[in-house]
Amino acid sequence: MTIPRTLIDKIWESRLIDSKPEGDLIYIDLHLFNEVTSPQAFEGLKLKDRKVRRPDLCMATADHDVPTGKHGLQVIDEIADKQLRFQQMYCKEFGIEHYPMSSSGNGIIHVLGPEKGLTQPGMTIVCGDSHTATHGAFGAIAFGIGTSQVEHVLATQTLRLSRPKTMSVTLVGTPHPDATAKDLALAVIRTLGTDGGTGHLIEFRGDAVRNLSMEGRMTLCNMAIEAGARSGLVAPDETTFAYLKGKERAPKGPLWDLAVDYWHSLATDPGAQFDKEIEIDITEVGPMVTWGVNPAQSVPVGSKIPALESFATKSEREAAVAALSYMGLEPGVSVSDIPIHTVFIGSCTNGRLEDLQAAAKVLEGRKISSSVRSLVVPGSASIKREAERLGIDKVFSEAGFEWRSPGCSMCVGMNGDIVPPGKHSTSTSNRNFEGRQGAGARTHLVSPETAAATAILGRIASPSDLPPINKKEGK
Amino acid sequence: MMEPVSIIKGSAYPLPRSNIDTDQILPAKWMKRVERTGYENGLFEIWRQDPSFITNDPERSQASIIVAGENFGCGSSRQHAVWALRDFGIRAIISSSIADIHRGNLPQEGIVPIELAQDVVELLLAATGVNPRVEIEINVTDRTVTCAEAGVFAMPFRIDNVSHFNLIHGYDPIDVTLTFEKSIETHESSRDPWLPQCSPEFV
Ligand code: SF4
Repeated sequence: MTIPRTLIDKIWESRLIDSKPEGDLIYIDLHLFNEVTSPQAFEGLKLKDRKVRRPDLCMATADHDVPTGKHGLQVIDEIADKQLRFQQMYCKEFGIEHYPMSSSGNGIIHVLGPEKGLTQPGMTIVCGDSHTATHGAFGAIAFGIGTSQVEHVLATQTLRLSRPKTMSVTLVGTPHPDATAKDLALAVIRTLGTDGGTGHLIEFRGDAVRNLSMEGRMTLCNMAIEAGARSGLVAPDETTFAYLKGKERAPKGPLWDLAVDYWHSLATDPGAQFDKEIEIDITEVGPMVTWGVNPAQSVPVGSKIPALESFATKSEREAAVAALSYMGLEPGVSVSDIPIHTVFIGSCTNGRLEDLQAAAKVLEGRKISSSVRSLVVPGSASIKREAERLGIDKVFSEAGFEWRSPGCSMCVGMNGDIVPPGKHSTSTSNRNFEGRQGAGARTHLVSPETAAATAILGRIASPSDLPPINKKEGK
Repeated sequence: MMEPVSIIKGSAYPLPRSNIDTDQILPAKWMKRVERTGYENGLFEIWRQDPSFITNDPERSQASIIVAGENFGCGSSRQHAVWALRDFGIRAIISSSIADIHRGNLPQEGIVPIELAQDVVELLLAATGVNPRVEIEINVTDRTVTCAEAGVFAMPFRIDNVSHFNLIHGYDPIDVTLTFEKSIETHESSRDPWLPQCSPEFV
């Protein structure tokens, strides 16, 4: 009789090359690059006169530094420009598939992998970026690494790692009908805490996870890192296969059938043991918003910032005090009273077509508040084209949003898209850290739907807070 | 080849805050650089503008250890944060939990990631907080921490085996892995035929 195994065990063991007390050597199936964390790795490789072992398993894009205003716009500064040029130079030298700024295949790295069908179940995927966790939505082990490890993978296509522990997070109950994947992600992180997943890979389970689209699963897995887990996975199923079928790099013909058979076998066996098993009741979870400076500090939209006494531990209380001081807020303040200056829709968390469609649905026939600056940044050039074909860009522009070109943009503020100091933003990105969206910027993380409703009312609100559209004025 | 690390002894910067993320350790604007050195001025750049911030304490100018609240180094994977710590003269981080990616990045630059129970961390925070000259001794080989003023003696710390192995030997992990060439080739010869491939021709 074989021992029942988890999805994570199955993938790990299938890529295991060598096992020693000091760690496992595992093979990496796909190595993704942005322009920010790889130049020093390529340089290190060259200094030692080493080669890229498998350029055919590497794909690169420029996303962090790229301006999103209009194609042809100036890169923010010389250092960013140099970084972009270095990436281009190294990719050319080593024969790596590369989507430079303004090219038709460009986009955020974690949006491109799935979109091109490069992200598939059962793979090991790494990138010098913590949100590599996104690709786990396909049932892959996908995680972020540092620049030295990028160099290691370039040279050897492997990594020596301590075997991560496994954790199952099962969502039970039925969420509120207005809940999005982002709201579930925020609720999960609030329960687990910012380091609840440290040392673990999480498999997300339960009907509420199964019912999510691939886009929703990507949003959820993307944010597993915010609970400290290196990655979050969802077992591949019919939803996964339907998404992949026909994608540029997905298997074709007889290989497709072989692959699907194998992918079916990856699901966690009944009775398999995880190192840690957690159930999270998501009954009635609806739209959520963060009030602090880490993604675990959140409340339902429409409620109040918690009283300090409500925090269980001294360190949580101290963290809340520090967070509120940075945010210029106080316990007991209703989040709906926070004046919002900037609304950002985009990022590898919520910059996919489905996210843009969801926000556009809220905006259709409405105008944003005159006090709010709103921008929408599609996750990739192909999403941008598709949205334009569907006329979604018009909905955004007519409502008063700036319709931008793809990139990370205001998620990290490296390209010059920033929130002014002291101002509050609602953002569909993944990190509300101090200064993440610009020095002194005060970020509130939300779903695309909540971001759209907030832009309309100028204060944090969900679509259900919006007055009905006046038929005479509306369409 | 890096210098093997066996003993680290020095005074400390106590930073009791939890969830010190890599955006605080080194703001994103520093990530635009393509160099590997010269990051010391970016370390805690925003917090350091406050003259009372701990790294501005002249009595601690020789400190080489950071004692921090839980979940140190969470967030972005940027190794630039580690370059900033290294360039500033930091040789070890002590916390009850160091975030996974950062914990793997630290030893790449010879910085020792040390995880201890929160109550021990609090003893170290308290002792180093009141007296800037208090020294902590880390025996990396034996995986223990000693700080007499904190009442901590040869306290075992957690460190993952890969990091420990590379630190105490000073090995270049790539050189070590390259000795497994045969096994890597064997794996490559039996990869599933449907796995995707990349090529500049797709662009
Ligand atoms: S969108 Fe944000 S989180 Fe995603 S890769 Fe870009 S900077 Fe990182």
